[in-house]
Amino acid sequence: MDTWTFGWTVAIIGMGGTMFVLWLLSLVILLLKKLFPYKAKTSAPLKG
Amino acid sequence: METAIASGLQGLLLGFSHFEIGQALMILIGSLLLYLGIAKGFEPLLLLPIGFGAILVNIPLAGLMEEGGVLRFFYDTGVLTEIFPILIFVGIGAMTDFQPLLENPKIIMLGAAGQFGIFLTLLLALALGFDKLEAVAIGIIGACDGPTAIYVSSKFAPHLLGAVSVAAYSYMSLVPLIQPPIMRLLTTEKEKKIVMGAVKQPVSKTTKILFPVVVTVTASLVAPLGTPLIGMVMLGNLMKESGAVERLKHASENEITNIVTLLLGLSIGATMQADKFLRVETLLVLGLGLIAIGLDTAVGVLFGKLMCLLTGGKINPLIGAAGISAFPMSARVVQAEGQRYNKKSYLLMPAMSANAAGQIGSIIAAAVMLSVLKGMGIV
Repeated sequence: MDTWTFGWTVAIIGMGGTMFVLWLLSLVILLLKKLFPYKAKTSAPLKG
Repeated sequence: METAIASGLQGLLLGFSHFEIGQALMILIGSLLLYLGIAKGFEPLLLLPIGFGAILVNIPLAGLMEEGGVLRFFYDTGVLTEIFPILIFVGIGAMTDFQPLLENPKIIMLGAAGQFGIFLTLLLALALGFDKLEAVAIGIIGACDGPTAIYVSSKFAPHLLGAVSVAAYSYMSLVPLIQPPIMRLLTTEKEKKIVMGAVKQPVSKTTKILFPVVVTVTASLVAPLGTPLIGMVMLGNLMKESGAVERLKHASENEITNIVTLLLGLSIGATMQADKFLRVETLLVLGLGLIAIGLDTAVGVLFGKLMCLLTGGKINPLIGAAGISAFPMSARVVQAEGQRYNKKSYLLMPAMSANAAGQIGSIIAAAVMLSVLKGMGIV
């Protein structure tokens, strides 16, 4: 494989692949947040 | 008796008689690294042992990098086997808080754009005549992440390890000088003044604990050769977020990282022998490293402009510059630049999100590159 075919292939797939994986991770984060939403701690009511 | 005394005294002069100009120059370069680390505060944890290692290895006849030499032992066992950078990744994971990213995951794409300098610099290195694997090692300076740069260069171009590491750590500490001119050049007055609304979405502990596990599996399936990088960072982060192994977390971010940083720095310095370092290609590597970080910043800001356009002006493109791995320095640079043009603009939190994305992005970019090389049969 010649130098430029190598260079452009690594550059294009590399940039595209990095974008793709990070996009995938953003979806994963959104999914995790949907499945396990934050619940604010509520203080127990005072018994009088 | 006199002959014995003369021979003994001659032994004391051997160092001087074998001292060459190149070694003297390298001792000066080592001293410069010490100065930058100690007096200027540029990444002292690494530049100090690197500088001292460079001085040690250029002492004639000391034999520290010869078979059986102490620095050669550190280098062979820790750098050639990739153990040192891998252990540092565990410490980085244990120290990193991904909360800003988890709170604002839409910003994650800036962490990808901030890595484009890696690939563009690879093309530049090829144009300058470096071979394929050397170009990969030079491009990775654009990850703006020392351990990643060391991991990749020790794997593919160990003869460039010294130059690549010095470039990576020096430019990381120069981010406050490198980034602002590029940010100013690529944004309009109106864009610089955009005030971003606060995005504060609290994250559950379960999400924080599952994040490193899910990231490891997802990213490693796409880029299996990067599993050592991704896996170790995420292992460290899991120890931090789980709260269940406080001792291991503490050891990872302190004792292990400190010891390994010392040995790694010395080992890198030990590769800076005069005959291997004083070459035109070293200057080219240093120049290309600077360009790589400049390109990261430029593409990050341009991607920020695109996001600004797509969101109807809700995103300040300056935060794109924080999509690199220099955490939290780059986020602080963005905050300072935003404040310079609009006192009501507080970009620190979104910039921290982009910066955390840049930390993951740099590792993912290296992982993707390793897997592409494997797929192409280059490695």
